[in-house]
Amino acid sequence: MERELVFELPNDLGCIEEAVEFVVGRCSTCQEVARKLRLNFRVSLVEALSNAMIYGNGRDPHKRVRLEVTMEMGRVVARVTDQGRGFDPDCVPDPTTPRNLTKEGGRGLFLMRQLMDDVRFNEQGNSVTLTLHLSDGEALRGKASA
Amino acid sequence: MAFHVNREGDVTVLDVDGQLIVGNRQELKKAVLDELEKGERKFLVDFTNTGYIDSSGLGVLVSLSKKIREQDGELRLASLNEDLRTLFELTKLDTLFRIADSREEALEGF
Repeated sequence: MERELVFELPNDLGCIEEAVEFVVGRCSTCQEVARKLRLNFRVSLVEALSNAMIYGNGRDPHKRVRLEVTMEMGRVVARVTDQGRGFDPDCVPDPTTPRNLTKEGGRGLFLMRQLMDDVRFNEQGNSVTLTLHLSDGEALRGKASA
Repeated sequence: MAFHVNREGDVTVLDVDGQLIVGNRQELKKAVLDELEKGERKFLVDFTNTGYIDSSGLGVLVSLSKKIREQDGELRLASLNEDLRTLFELTKLDTLFRIADSREEALEGF
């Protein structure tokens, strides 16, 4: 059975926590996938929403962020779309190199890619689709530690 | 997120309750910088009651650690749950911080 949630969020960082908790709470779950939803999905969704509001929409309070979440058997898919011009996700540097490790920012996209099974941007770069498989028995700690 | 500032000898201990994420990270930053301004140099952030952190929360800890070191101080972390440890390991920030299993362990020899 497929369920879909769609939100139009104001460009307000303060609403991210509530939105993410609402979505995670609506995902039907069992014990074995609880950690994937709690860690991998929750953190990645926070990252995608904050990137959309800060970088995509440039903190403009008049813009909005669209969040679409689809829950299917065995996977959850979230699409976050902002109203910005987009960016090139391949130009984001690796935050784990010695040169970048002590920088304050630059870990959001990296975490999404580590924690989700698939991270895909549209051509414009203003919409990201996150996919997490919930029932394949993969390690829960992210690809880097698998 | 709420946090509490306590003293353990000459160490300033901050307990973080809830999530440390993009919407509230500045509160923690301001609290630590205020104490640094007052002359405190030893800081411990205790994550016993913390659910999760995002990249902004991690970034604030990196930034604070740098500012404290510039003042010849130190920032230590304690009591990370399994999820938090995973985030520190994935980002390799576990190599940047002194992370203790408990508050008591972190305070030893501080």
